Amino acid sequence: MLHALIAILAFQLIGETLARALPLPLPGPVLGMVLMLAGLVASPRFAALVRPTAQGILSHLSLLFVPAGVGVVGHFATLGNQTAAIAVAVVASTVLAIAVGALTFAGVARLTGSRDD
Amino acid sequence: MTDFADIWSYLSQGPLLWLTATLVAYAAGDACFRLAGRAPVVNPVLIAVALLALLLHLTATPYATYFEGAQFVHFLLGPATVALALPLFDSLPRLRRALWPVLAALVAGSLTAAVSALAIGAAFGVDATVLASLAPKSATAPVAIGIAERIGGSPTLTAVLVILTGITGAVVATPLLNLLRLRDWRARGFAVGLTSHGIGTARALQVHPTAGAFAALGMALNAIATALIAPFTLSLFQ
Repeated sequence: MLHALIAILAFQLIGETLARALPLPLPGPVLGMVLMLAGLVASPRFAALVRPTAQGILSHLSLLFVPAGVGVVGHFATLGNQTAAIAVAVVASTVLAIAVGALTFAGVARLTGSRDD
Repeated sequence: MTDFADIWSYLSQGPLLWLTATLVAYAAGDACFRLAGRAPVVNPVLIAVALLALLLHLTATPYATYFEGAQFVHFLLGPATVALALPLFDSLPRLRRALWPVLAALVAGSLTAAVSALAIGAAFGVDATVLASLAPKSATAPVAIGIAERIGGSPTLTAVLVILTGITGAVVATPLLNLLRLRDWRARGFAVGLTSHGIGTARALQVHPTAGAFAALGMALNAIATALIAPFTLSLFQ
């Protein structure tokens, strides 16, 4: 658990450092995820080491968004008289993007014979 | 004897009270979610946020004070993003077999998210700052905020829009995808992660492990795609 935690934090630290040192449009944690993926591919032993801790952190991933969500409530006032327009734009574009993304995936999967088994 | 007001003023200054409150509120939200037979409308994040917002309002507690305690939970977002490499790793063999669907869905979904939000915003005549904040809202929060700053949006408003997009996606995804009769967990997960970043990915992980892995992939790839296409899509509406 200790070593797994060190590994995860170290990958994030390297990711944060690279994100600031290089002109990349990605945030540190996403770079850290890519680096950690490379580490998992490179070593099955490493995968076995981090698995329980990584699964533990991910088991309540939704919880981690609660503090930011509470912050959002306080900012509703800043939306002002454009609130309705913004709400429609957010909800409609989210519904459309999920539908288009999923239908495109399924359609192209059928065309290219990509099955999940 | 110390009265209640003294105890309250002591506890409300430290991180313990609001850290505990955050976990309790989420546990309550999660219990409601289970009691409702895992109905997607009963979203645990939404319930926890509503409970805590109400509590902060009733006790006249500033958000900064709340965040002193909640920051320990908030901090874990970074390590959790890194940890998403694990479900991605577990799905690598099936990812290799889904290269073309992934690329096609990425382009189609990312463009749809940005263009439809901008088109609706422009149709309602929202101002330029709001428009620039709408463009990157499907990307994960730190990426979206960085993009919004570069194209003339407001970082605070972008953070609000990102969270709202995440919660909306987590709530609508299951009924919407059932309505479309899509049974491919890869397609379902990828679209939700692409559109609703980490909040959508968290939801997909609850539904199915394959959906969770493809959602993590969708989130990571759309962070890159949005950085590339947001300036272009915004220029169409200016």
